[in-house]
Amino acid sequence: MASKGLVSEGHASTRPAQGASPEEHGLSDLARSEASLRRLLHGLPGVDQVGAQARAASLATRSVKAGAKLWAIDTAISMVDLTTLEGSDTPGKVLSLCAKARRPDPADPSVGPVAAVCVYPDLVPVAKSALASSPVKVASVATAFPSGRAPLRVKLADVAEAVSAGADEVDMVIDRGAFLAGHYGQALEEVQAVRQACGQACLKVILETGELATYDNIKRASWLAMIGGADFIKTSTGKVSPAATLTVALVMLEAVKDFADSTGRLVGVKVAGGVRTAKDAIRYLVVVNEVAGDEWLEPERFRIGASSLLNDLLMQRSKQLTGAYAGSQDYSVE
Amino acid sequence: MAFGRFAYAPALEARALVALRPSYGLFIGGEWVSPQDGGYFKTVSPSSEEVLAEVAEAGPADVDRAVRAARRAYEDAWGPMPGKERAKYLYRVARAIQERSRELAVLESLDNGKPIKESRDVDVPLAAAHFFYYAGWADKLAHAGYGPDPQPLGVAAQVVPWNFPLLMAAWKLAPALATGNTCVLKPAETTPLSALVLAEIFQQADLPPGVVNIVTGAGGTGATLVAHPGVDKVAFTGSTEVGKQVQQAVAGTHKRLTLELGGKAANIVFDDAPLSQAVEGIVNGIFFNQGHVCCAGSRLLAQEDIADGLVEALKRRLSTLRMGDPLDKNTDIGAINSPEQLAKIQRLAALGESEGAERWSPACKLPERGYWFPPTVFTNVSPAQRIAREEIFGPVLSVLTFRTPEEAVEKANNTTYGLSAGVWTEKGSRTLYMASRIKAGVVWANTYNRFDPSSPFGGFRESGFGREGGRQGLAAYLQDGF
Repeated sequence: MASKGLVSEGHASTRPAQGASPEEHGLSDLARSEASLRRLLHGLPGVDQVGAQARAASLATRSVKAGAKLWAIDTAISMVDLTTLEGSDTPGKVLSLCAKARRPDPADPSVGPVAAVCVYPDLVPVAKSALASSPVKVASVATAFPSGRAPLRVKLADVAEAVSAGADEVDMVIDRGAFLAGHYGQALEEVQAVRQACGQACLKVILETGELATYDNIKRASWLAMIGGADFIKTSTGKVSPAATLTVALVMLEAVKDFADSTGRLVGVKVAGGVRTAKDAIRYLVVVNEVAGDEWLEPERFRIGASSLLNDLLMQRSKQLTGAYAGSQDYSVE
Repeated sequence: MAFGRFAYAPALEARALVALRPSYGLFIGGEWVSPQDGGYFKTVSPSSEEVLAEVAEAGPADVDRAVRAARRAYEDAWGPMPGKERAKYLYRVARAIQERSRELAVLESLDNGKPIKESRDVDVPLAAAHFFYYAGWADKLAHAGYGPDPQPLGVAAQVVPWNFPLLMAAWKLAPALATGNTCVLKPAETTPLSALVLAEIFQQADLPPGVVNIVTGAGGTGATLVAHPGVDKVAFTGSTEVGKQVQQAVAGTHKRLTLELGGKAANIVFDDAPLSQAVEGIVNGIFFNQGHVCCAGSRLLAQEDIADGLVEALKRRLSTLRMGDPLDKNTDIGAINSPEQLAKIQRLAALGESEGAERWSPACKLPERGYWFPPTVFTNVSPAQRIAREEIFGPVLSVLTFRTPEEAVEKANNTTYGLSAGVWTEKGSRTLYMASRIKAGVVWANTYNRFDPSSPFGGFRESGFGREGGRQGLAAYLQDGF
């Protein structure tokens, strides 16, 4: 909306490159100096906290029933990044997660696979072989997840390892220290360097919104990540509280929508951490639907990073179809 | 309004929550009585044109009976009662409203046409909140700033509009009762039902007979009530036109008067505003309750350099609004309350077009039955056009632009009204600058249409006088209140 005027005025690049629109190159040019990047990020319209929260709360009252609910549950299943990110992860756990990802409900083949399995880099080979010949992608966290506190070359090596082991998608964390200190250029360069290191892999940039303190910062970090080449912007590592909230998702979805209006490039959003019930997931889909629109209701544009959520989605799905709840023991726990 | 793949299935609130009687009498002296010299009229659901019930039309003898009942109750029961005892009744009423909130919400949506999400989340909870709030004042009047022992006025005649039937009744009744007055309430003829359920709640709460009397009827009943010599206080909320008649009727009598009338509020958006929230605020400002709101932000004043982008974003947002069955929990825009109101909106909108403004509405199919008008935005509006000056009281927004804060103030104040305004900016000093210069009873900063029982509400100029809500709201019902 207003950001359109902000980024397009006289900054159109003369050097369009592969994959990016002239408008997007205009943005990257603008972001070349620390001062102009700062002006860009601080020139974005502010976010009024009370108003944003009120809008999210009002969207949370949408009542999704019957066929719409079933559609939402199936869509949510297709958007799940089935995740395990524990120090105690084992190849066995990853294997069972992969089996679940390919066929979430063994009793019902009509349930399609989830979007991806998300693991630490050392377990990428295990996941990759378990998911061979399936549409399920392998995502790996990298860049010294979850803190992001490591030298850049270590982070890049982390990414390179994950990609060469077969990761289709890389979930990086931004340098919150640099961002909060106002060193936007440094934070951006890191995203751009990781973008390079990813090659063809899909890049998801984790903002760790729980550490960014204000919605204004979340909006700025969203733009910074998108300028840096993110394919997705992602709320959280899941290791920090608060993780994803409806209002944070709303602010990020507005940002991707505005960015698309400015540059023509559609960036996805991933919410992660704390999304445990089908009801939560449906509320996020309502926000996607009403804030960003239909084009974002695809696994290519919206993801939910979760583990226990999938079983609740399956349980609610069978409730919708049969009218009765199954017991929790009817679903496998990985 | 086009929806993509995620089209929400109908999610209807249960109509069966409401048990309507086929016929309602008058509530006088704690009992249901038949009209002595009046007949009955029908109340219709504006979203379906279904007849909901027939309701008594109070004539002069009925109004007289109600005023006498109120006088007796004032002298024998309510007036002498200690404040802490009055408070108990009011708390009981507040709790009963909460207990019957789903029923009241459905009833309000049926009779008024407003979306259930608004009656459920705004009208009914705020009505209960007003009773809770003023119940708290009942035994603390000596500390309200109106002297050591402020006294009630007597019998209050209260005439309320159809846009927030239950809430406006609560705004009127709660402060009057807390201060020790007794009441005769006249609900609007198109929306009498929630007040009649409120009468049931008064019975349920064992409120002494005659403390609140409810006389239904049209304008004639209201005029009779206002003119009744046994009335000590008149409180009217409605149109400026009728407000002037009320003021004339009261002139030269001992009656105290407060009026809450029309508005043509400016919602002012500066270029440094939080724009996404401003868009929400514009939508909430003019499309909340189909624009049937006296303080509606019906004039959008957008700073020149962002006006085009803002209108574009607003139009995109309006395309996602859902219009339809008020009982569907996902409905954002309900029905226009009456054919008369619909005709008025249609007439003024047509006038806007013929005067040269550019009219836009999102693509949407209006239901076949009932009274409907789509959300409408007029651009290229000049301050001289009638759609920029007259209160439309419908979902119609006029967009004007300004360049400087001074110009925004001038345009905002260039109206015969002065009820409310909105200012959208991230700059605190500018908010204060604007708020101190805009002649309006309420100036909302980075929000719109927010109400709280502790916050006084009322107008300047042709928007009326007197305040409702807050400590200030007590003044209208106390002898030394002014």
